[in-house]
Amino acid sequence: MTRTMWDSSVGKKTVMAVSGLIMLAYLVVHMLGNLKIFFGSDEFNEYAHALRTLGEPFLHYEWALWITRVVLVAAVVAHAVSAYQLSRRDIKARPTKYVHKKPRASYATRTMRWGGIILGLFIVWHILDLTTGTVHPGGFEAGHPYQNVIDTFSTWYGNVIYIVAVLALGLHIRHGFWSAAQTLGVGSRTRDRAFKTIANVLALVLTVGFVSVPVAVMTGVVS
Amino acid sequence: MKLTLRVWRQRNADADGAMSTYEVDDISPDMSFLEMLDTLNEELILGGEDPVAFDHDCREGICGACSLVINGDAHGPERTTTCQLHMRSFKDGDIIDIEPWRASAFPVVKDLVVDRSAFDRIIQAGGYITAPTGAAPEAHATPVPKPDADFAFEHAECIGCGACVAACPNGAAMLFTSAKVNHLNVLPQGAPERETRVLDMVAQMDEEGFGGCTLTGECATACPKGIPLVSITGMNKEWLRATRRSGKR
Repeated sequence: MTRTMWDSSVGKKTVMAVSGLIMLAYLVVHMLGNLKIFFGSDEFNEYAHALRTLGEPFLHYEWALWITRVVLVAAVVAHAVSAYQLSRRDIKARPTKYVHKKPRASYATRTMRWGGIILGLFIVWHILDLTTGTVHPGGFEAGHPYQNVIDTFSTWYGNVIYIVAVLALGLHIRHGFWSAAQTLGVGSRTRDRAFKTIANVLALVLTVGFVSVPVAVMTGVVS
Repeated sequence: MKLTLRVWRQRNADADGAMSTYEVDDISPDMSFLEMLDTLNEELILGGEDPVAFDHDCREGICGACSLVINGDAHGPERTTTCQLHMRSFKDGDIIDIEPWRASAFPVVKDLVVDRSAFDRIIQAGGYITAPTGAAPEAHATPVPKPDADFAFEHAECIGCGACVAACPNGAAMLFTSAKVNHLNVLPQGAPERETRVLDMVAQMDEEGFGGCTLTGECATACPKGIPLVSITGMNKEWLRATRRSGKR
């Protein structure tokens, strides 16, 4: 069964759909957690600490976090590898382009590949910036995420990178969520509108939720 | 009407092709697109030139032989087959680009003619249905619920022209394959091979070098028979079901 899954274009799409939904579920939680920044530094830092003690005493310190990280890395790798292999196959299937070109499909649909690459690069920067602190502007302090977030969004490039990535994310989810429903075979004529609406709502809510943080720092709401 | 045609000319499968420009005059708006090309070919033959090769057969929109990408649209601007497209869809003085279906699985044979035998091999991979041979069975011997019959019929409308592949940015044959899979998988006559049919047809589709589905919906927009995009969703569902079941065996 695993072989059939991985060898088939339909199977690879299934891998993309499932890994995409895992990442999407994580993002909803991540976005909601980010909004804690509006309740002040204590609550935000406490929340960040609580993520490390999540599942205690059943789990050891930070285990819940590491389990999440492993699952997410697996999802990102599965998603990216499938996307790369499927894209290569797609490009090979149309070796000669049409002379008469027409603009086709919605913006969200056409930007899936580039959007995905942007998101992949963003994840690397985002981790180096706010998890490891390697490329963090100003002094990175582990355990003080509130200040770290403000440092990042006090730089122009921090804001630009973040907002561009979040917009790419919104577009990616808009087409991706609905597509996942089709790939997993749960879409239907009667449910089509519902899935499109959910996709649009998810895309919009996540975009607004994530963008609100840099905007709040820029406007001084969070300082 | 006076028209400028830019037509893909390619001597044979191995030769390089290019767009050639031709002028045609006295085109009636009542002519079909293929009749307009016939007019061009008559002139080319009279001038001692090689006529433009293009596929056509019934010219009634039911055989699926005609296959032209007109101004970037498979089967042209109307939702029909090229043979049922009429020159009234164009204006005097228009420049019309005519290209063959473009897909690595559909190699150009000559000019606008492509080899679509990859579709035949997908059908073959689907295999037979288990049915007793001999005299036609009594029509009511196998009851089919009306919604299933309608669903099967909607998918049976596929004429296998390949417009879905031509329109798809990935050169995918998902809509064609899904039409065939859904057509038989929903009926009691197709039930015994329900799993092997979808697995084998999808495997053959991949084998032929068609691309994958990114759900752009271009195929369903181009389809002259209106096979819906959700047909692909149905095939995905069948494929996942069959994969789960084959794992248990």
